[in-house]
Amino acid sequence: MQIYLPIAEISVNAFLLLGLGGIVGILSGMFGVGGGFLMTPLLFFIGIPPAVAVATEANQIVASSFSGVLAHFKRKTVDLRMGTVLLIGGLVGAALGVVVFNYLKAQGQVDLLVKLCYVIFLGVIGGLMFIESLNAIRKTSKGTVPKRKKHNWIHGLPFKMRFRVSGLYISVIPPIIVGVLVGILAAIMGVGGGFIMVPAMIYLLGMPTKVVVGTSLFQIIFVTAFTTMLHATTNFTVDIVLAVLLLVGGVFGAQIGTRIGVKMKAEQLRILLAIMVLAVCGKLAFDLLVMPSDVFSIAAGGH
Amino acid sequence: MLRYIIAFIMLALPAVAEEVVLGLSKDEVAITTSFDGSDVLIFGAVKREAPIPDGDPLEVIITVSGPSESVTVRRKEKRFGIWVNIDAVEIDEAPSFYAVATSAPLRDVLNDVEDLRYKISVPRAIRSVGAPMAVQDAAAFTQAIIRIRTKSDAYQLLENGVSVDAQTLFQTSIQLPAALTEGEYKTRIFLTRSGKVISDYETSIDVRKIGLERWLFTMSRESSLLYGLMSLAIAIAAGWGASAIFRVFRL
Repeated sequence: MQIYLPIAEISVNAFLLLGLGGIVGILSGMFGVGGGFLMTPLLFFIGIPPAVAVATEANQIVASSFSGVLAHFKRKTVDLRMGTVLLIGGLVGAALGVVVFNYLKAQGQVDLLVKLCYVIFLGVIGGLMFIESLNAIRKTSKGTVPKRKKHNWIHGLPFKMRFRVSGLYISVIPPIIVGVLVGILAAIMGVGGGFIMVPAMIYLLGMPTKVVVGTSLFQIIFVTAFTTMLHATTNFTVDIVLAVLLLVGGVFGAQIGTRIGVKMKAEQLRILLAIMVLAVCGKLAFDLLVMPSDVFSIAAGGH
Repeated sequence: MLRYIIAFIMLALPAVAEEVVLGLSKDEVAITTSFDGSDVLIFGAVKREAPIPDGDPLEVIITVSGPSESVTVRRKEKRFGIWVNIDAVEIDEAPSFYAVATSAPLRDVLNDVEDLRYKISVPRAIRSVGAPMAVQDAAAFTQAIIRIRTKSDAYQLLENGVSVDAQTLFQTSIQLPAALTEGEYKTRIFLTRSGKVISDYETSIDVRKIGLERWLFTMSRESSLLYGLMSLAIAIAAGWGASAIFRVFRL
C-alpha cells in the first residue's frame, strides 16, 4: 500500500515503514536506545530527504521511548532522580552542541565531521563494551561473582546525592558532566544519544544495567521532544504522516523489546548492544572508505 | 486602417500556417494520500488552412517540466583514505521533473540552434550561469544531475514516444512519478519540419496536494508551533496507547 507523504513529497510503502518502526522499536525497548542512529540511515536509503528523516525520526523516538518507559515504570526500573540530573546536563549540552554545530556548518564539511564522530564514538564504545561483557560472561560461566561496585576517585567528589533505585550514593557532578557531553554529541550528530548514554551510565556511573535502560529512555523522551519542536518550527521538516507510520510499529516494538530485555541477563544485553553498535560503525566506516557508486551528489537549494 | 492590419495579419499568417489544437486527459493532478504516480495523456491535432506542404514530414516534440529550483551538486574525492566532498557547483535552475517526448530521434527532429532558442532537450532545460573558477570541468556537474535524475525517472527522454497520424493527429503519454513536487507543470508542444520549429503551444498541468495532504502541509508552514505540538501529542498518545493495550491483555 503506497502512501504519499505531505512534507517529504514522496510516495512510500506503508507496510515497509510499519515493519521498520517495529524492528527499531524492539531494539529501543531492549537496550534503552532511541534507535535514531539506526533508523535515520534506513530512511535515507528508502529515499526520504535527509532533513525530513532526521526531524521525523526525533518525533518517532518520543513515541517509542514513551511506550518503553511506561513498561519500565511498571517494573520500577526507572531512576527518576538520576534521569532528571542527566536531563539537566543534557539540555545544557544540547544548547552548547547547537552552537558547535552552527560553527562547523560555517566551516563546511559538517557531514564528514558527523560521520567521523559516529565512526570514532561507535567504534570505541562498541569495542570496549564488547570486550567487557565478553569478560563478564566468561567470569560468570566460571562461577566467580563479578565485582561491579568499585570505590574510586568519583566517590570523593562533593554534592553527594542518594539515587535509591540505582543503589548509588555519589556526587551529582559526574552525572551532570555525562549529561552535558552526551547532549553536545546528540545535538551534533542529530540523535537522542541513548547509545552513548547507556554505556556511560553503566561504566562511568556504575548503574545497574536493568535500571539504565528505563532511565535512558526517560531522558531521551525530553531531548527528542525538544528536537522535534525545534525542527518543526524552524525547518518545517517534521512529516507527521511518516511519523505516524513509524511510531505505530515503534510503540508496539518497544513493548515487546522491554519484555525481551527484562528476561535477558545483563551481560547478554550488553554484548548484543555492543555488536549492534559495532555493526553500524562498520557500515559507516565502509561508506567512507569505499568509492561511492556516484561521486556526485545533489542537494536541494543553493547557498 | 483596419483593412491594412487585416492584410498584414494575412501576410504574416503563412509563418504559422500549421497550428496546434490540444487536448489533455487531465489538466489537474491531485495528490491524495494514496497518490502513486499518474499518467497524463497529451493529444492534439494540427490545424492548417493550406494543404500539407511537401518535403520533410511534420514532427512533434512535447515537453513537460515541473517547478524549477536551484540545486547544489557536490563531488567527492578520496583524501587521506576517505571519500570527502571536495567541490560543489550551484545549478541556478533545474526542473524537479522534465520529460521530452518526440516523434523521431531528437537529433533528427530538432537542430541545435532551435534547441538553444527554445531550451527543449534535457541539458538545455537546466540553467547554470557560472561555476566557480576553481572548479574544472563544470559540465561534469550538469551531466551528473541529469544522470542521477534520469535514474530516478525524474528526467525522461522518450524518443519516438509521440505517435503522429497523417501529419495531423498526435498523441503521447507522460508518466509522472510518485515522488512529485507540487506546482505548475509547464507543457509545451513544438511542431518541427527539417529541424526547425514552425509552431509552438504552451499550457500547464496543475499538480496540487488536496484534502488531508493539503491541510497538513499548510498547517506545518503556517502554524508550525501547533503542528509540532500535535506531532508530539500523537507520539505520546500512541506510546501510552500501546502500553495500555499490552497491560490490559497482560502480555
